[in-house]
Amino acid sequence: MAAHLSYGRVNLNVLREAVRRELREFLDKCAGSKAIVWDEYLTGPFGLIAQYSLLKEHEVEKMFTLKGNRLPAADVKNIIFFVRPRLELMDIIAENVLSEDRRGPTRDFHILFVPRRSLLCEQRLKDLGVLGSFIHREEYSLDLIPFDGDLLSMESEGAFKECYLEGDQTSLYHAAKGLMTLQALYGTIPQIFGKGECSRQVANMMIRMKREFTGSQNSIFPVFDNLLLLDRNVDLLTPLATQLTYEGLIDEIYGIQNSYVKLPPEKFAPKKQGDGGKDLPTEAKKLQLNSAEELYAEIRDKNFNAVGSVLSKKAKIISAAFEERHNAKTVGEIKQFVSQLPHMQAARGSLANHTSIAELIKDVTNRVLLLLPRLECNGTISAHCNLCLPGSSDSPASASCVAASEDFFDKLTVEQEFMSGIDTDKVNNYIEDCIAQKHSLIKVLRLVCLQSVCNSGLKQKVLDYYKREILQTYGYEHILTLHNLEKAGLLKPQTGGRNNYPTIRKTLRLWMDDVNEQNPTDISYVYSGYAPLSVRLAQLLSRPGWRSIEEVLRILPGPHFEERQPLPTGLQKKRQPGENRVTLIFFLGGVTFAEIAALRFLSQLEDGGTEYVIATTKLMNGTSWIEALMEKPF
Amino acid sequence: MDCYTANWNPLGDSAFYRKYELYSMDWDLKEELRDCLVAAAPYGGPIALLRNPWRKEKAASVRPVLDIYSASGMPLASLLWKSGPVVSLGWSAEEELLCVQEDGAVLVYGLHGDFRRHFSMGNEVLQNRVLDARIFHTEFGSGVAILTGAHRFTLSANVGDLKLRRMPEVPGLQSAPSCWTALCQDRVAHILLAVGPDLYLLDHAACSAVTPPGLAPGVSSFLQMAVSFTYRHLALFTDTGYIWMGTASLKEKLCEFNCNIRAPPKQMVWCSRPRSKERAVVVAWERRLMVVGDASESIQYKQLTIQVLLDRLVLRRLYPLAIQICEYLRLPEVQGVSRILAHWACYKVQQKDVSDEDVARAINQKLGDTPGVSYSDIAARAYGCGRTELAIKLLEYEPRSGEQVPLLLKMKRSKLALSKAIESGDTDLVFTVLLHLKNELNRGDFFMTLRNQPMALSLYRQFCKHQELETLKDLYNQDDNHQELGSFHIRASYAAEERIEGRVAALQTAADAFYKAKNEFAAKATEDQMRLLRLQRRLEDELGGQFLDLSLHDTVTTLILGGHNKRAEQLARDFRIPDKRLWWLKLTALADLEDWEELEKFSKSKKSPIGYLPFVEICMKQHNKYEAKKYASRVGPEQKVKALLLVGDVAQAADVAIEHRNEAELSLVLSHCTGATDGATADKIQRARAQAQKK
Repeated sequence: MAAHLSYGRVNLNVLREAVRRELREFLDKCAGSKAIVWDEYLTGPFGLIAQYSLLKEHEVEKMFTLKGNRLPAADVKNIIFFVRPRLELMDIIAENVLSEDRRGPTRDFHILFVPRRSLLCEQRLKDLGVLGSFIHREEYSLDLIPFDGDLLSMESEGAFKECYLEGDQTSLYHAAKGLMTLQALYGTIPQIFGKGECSRQVANMMIRMKREFTGSQNSIFPVFDNLLLLDRNVDLLTPLATQLTYEGLIDEIYGIQNSYVKLPPEKFAPKKQGDGGKDLPTEAKKLQLNSAEELYAEIRDKNFNAVGSVLSKKAKIISAAFEERHNAKTVGEIKQFVSQLPHMQAARGSLANHTSIAELIKDVTNRVLLLLPRLECNGTISAHCNLCLPGSSDSPASASCVAASEDFFDKLTVEQEFMSGIDTDKVNNYIEDCIAQKHSLIKVLRLVCLQSVCNSGLKQKVLDYYKREILQTYGYEHILTLHNLEKAGLLKPQTGGRNNYPTIRKTLRLWMDDVNEQNPTDISYVYSGYAPLSVRLAQLLSRPGWRSIEEVLRILPGPHFEERQPLPTGLQKKRQPGENRVTLIFFLGGVTFAEIAALRFLSQLEDGGTEYVIATTKLMNGTSWIEALMEKPF
Repeated sequence: MDCYTANWNPLGDSAFYRKYELYSMDWDLKEELRDCLVAAAPYGGPIALLRNPWRKEKAASVRPVLDIYSASGMPLASLLWKSGPVVSLGWSAEEELLCVQEDGAVLVYGLHGDFRRHFSMGNEVLQNRVLDARIFHTEFGSGVAILTGAHRFTLSANVGDLKLRRMPEVPGLQSAPSCWTALCQDRVAHILLAVGPDLYLLDHAACSAVTPPGLAPGVSSFLQMAVSFTYRHLALFTDTGYIWMGTASLKEKLCEFNCNIRAPPKQMVWCSRPRSKERAVVVAWERRLMVVGDASESIQYKQLTIQVLLDRLVLRRLYPLAIQICEYLRLPEVQGVSRILAHWACYKVQQKDVSDEDVARAINQKLGDTPGVSYSDIAARAYGCGRTELAIKLLEYEPRSGEQVPLLLKMKRSKLALSKAIESGDTDLVFTVLLHLKNELNRGDFFMTLRNQPMALSLYRQFCKHQELETLKDLYNQDDNHQELGSFHIRASYAAEERIEGRVAALQTAADAFYKAKNEFAAKATEDQMRLLRLQRRLEDELGGQFLDLSLHDTVTTLILGGHNKRAEQLARDFRIPDKRLWWLKLTALADLEDWEELEKFSKSKKSPIGYLPFVEICMKQHNKYEAKKYASRVGPEQKVKALLLVGDVAQAADVAIEHRNEAELSLVLSHCTGATDGATADKIQRARAQAQKK
């Protein structure tokens, strides 16, 4: 079921199995039938660990969402609260328990804290007089959740804000704990590199925790060669830019949550002649996106401009495969054809889905990415497979669609100008127009922040102008949001009149003019020209080493460092010639799909020398990032 | 040589028994055992005797005496009982003596008579007193079951992790049950009790009547019951002199026996030897002992593991022997030597004649960084013996902050605890210490402490943001953090205040704070906001409708939509809305109104600062191609192609693009050429392109 987790260089299914085991053990501790009361935020991440069937096997009969007042009636022996350790949730739990007590025959209550037990919360439960009601109070250290064969996330939404704005390092502590769990399963990581204040702290905590566990010598042969810790605020630029990979665009436009995306259903309706589209489904189409799907694994990390040609090629292959049945003459041949049918049908379904998604994206980006090849409508395929790949010529774009795509193009142009260092020091017309037309505030903020970052801060006059325009247009309450962005360094006045960005851009080769989107030779393809700074740092660390970029490292915020964790001689690795290193790269404060794509690109380079496993506090994009930093006082 | 069978006596038809003395007791007992409360620990553990357990005559001089002996009767401890009346004694699995008092308090002693701790079995027990109590063993540890004067049961299945359970009422129970016992099934503790001819099984949820299978008729009362050590078997003795033996689940009968003795036995216990196939019940009366047994299946128990053996040695302070055993068995350090050294250290800290320095050094020398040694456990023991300074010294050797901090707090070394917690990075630990400090120190000192610990301060601010807003303000004030104070009052203006005057006042405070923070921009913006709020209130009064909390932009739009153009103009001027945005705003509002006439007038009022493409776009958005075309002609050359394409004039767009000789424009037009209608245009473009290439 989670086989795709084991296809990578590091078998992450081991981690998934370990956390599943821990869950089962806890459930079995609470003997008898049970109901789980969920902290709603946890259900998504838990879905990646255990389906309902696992819970059911362990006598979970009911599931509720944590809400105030009484619990819904349930004839079960145990009621288990699955919650994050937050005070406000404790208040709700206490309310539940107290009203349940009044109801009569008592049940057993338990709490499972995710990912950590909290004395603070238990004290609150004690103050509310319900602590004694719980038989089991335990923690479930679900720090890093495997999302894919090379991807782990803590899905901690507030991590960036807490770390960089509020000075709350809770998520860093969890990150360090998560890394300890990984080391327990995959061996001690001999070398730790890092850049940034938070990275430094996580490394310190890890070293400290290692000392605490001196008793249990880890005797596992190390799977990871290096750990690279990166602060998000070392690279504030990348997430602000619009991602141009397939997966990145899906996320930018529709938002991917816990590996699922919800899409407008129209394009997924089964096409029937003369139906006139009467019974269009109204419920959003929900799809899971991960490497378990062969086609998706192939196209997710491509620049969107290179997706169309792959899809048409696949369509031809599939249609040819279906044609094969005419050639199948002998019983043996027919048998063989039939045995391949399920796989072919799955491939066809997958192709249909991604064609629809590509069309949806094209409606937004169309005419922008002029290179996007038309999806050819192949008569043979639609006849045989009921699969339709309509070219844009069949569906005249509506006026709003044209406007959307025009706008996407204009936005992209501005972004690319900023990133290549053009006109970053004055008020930008496009941004002005966006404000005047009251485009989404998040979009405006992303652009203004991008300009600020690409100019090492804005001139005071420019900054004040933008801020004033935003407050007048969107409301004065947003002054709090602006303050937050300033605190995070996303928006700031230029100090000392010095713009460091050009130095950084040139040294790290962040802007590449000759980008090949179809057959990329450099990571800059993920943003059609801009090479993500974070990934460049990783690339340069692997070869030739950070010593070559000392000057830039000093400009970027926070310390850079290296630590060694000594291994017993028996566990030291002798690399085979040609064998790649495995680097675990941990983004503290979030990572985007485009950055992940760039790292996968590096992993696949034949002479790359390094393969990456990616971990983060949160999978995010510019929009969800800015949104988390916004403050709405009413 | 003696005949092997010489001292064997027949028992029934097919079994024989013999009696021989294993060893004689060393003790010198003066009292009759019957006058004492007696408890013997399992596995040949110690025996406790409480002499004169609080006789009715209340003679203060005859205080009870608690004696503890080894299994062979060697005296281990003797102490005067100074607490309340004891109802029951029992040994826990860890060889701790549990003394259940009449008031529900349970006092815990070590096997050397050292007082460990006490706990209460709850208020209900305190009020109704303890009628009877049992100590029982479960896989979790040792439990206590209490029968109160109100004939209710309360139990805790594990005294090490005390959770009290009050069992449900037994319907119609007016007097104490004739006999009862605690038993443990499916990891849950139950009570089995007999009331007249009925048996009831109590779990924490329900009371259910149960019947043993194959029970002989005519029983009007159960006089005794006994469960085996493993809770698998149960024996019942009835008033008819009948003994029923079966499984404790009451699903199966093993055997029955009628002894024809109707007097209630003094004691009845299960008895089985290791490796023996025989299970038997021994019933004792005043002057008679009876063994009832069956021999059917084999059950083998090997309860006393090596770990338990080591524990026993340690408890008897035979450390070197224990270490030798560990080394001989090559036990891993964590399970073996480390543990014993830790126990030794715990004993060492109790040696009051040695200085703190010396004890700490001695312990560290012997233990070093031995894996698995918990310095905090040792420190806790030192603190328990009143040696706080020693405890602090020992804690310095503890690498785990999670272990250091709670003990430091208990010892009231909160500030030290705070710095240890911060060092660990565990924010929950920091919070815990902070809340302690907050209760312990006065506000000024507390704030001062925070000031020196930035990480703790940020965390506490977070806490206050959600829990104590007023304190948050005080914190900012103390730090002269005017910027944050300003934001604080901005929030307050939304959260607390309903009335406009209140809101404006809060905003004024915010603006003042921003000035102090030298954030002129924020101060001015906040003053603008105040001005806008007052104005919106006036607009609502004068014009009706909703204005409050609209943005400035939306306020102007609303005015235009309502036809109040003059006021809109005035507002735009007062707040210095830039010309470009004002044009966009008016354009959008007029198009929304579909007031095309006014829009055209507006477009001609002066040269548009935003060009005329937006006019085309907005008309098309409202699906008014006719109006759109009017403006398309006024669009400047740079955007002409776009404008023509928007209004659908592909042919003219092509002409302009060809005239411009602009490749990007040509492609754009080409991409708009659809189907047959634009075929000619497409050809024209292709020709132009070809020509351009020739040149």
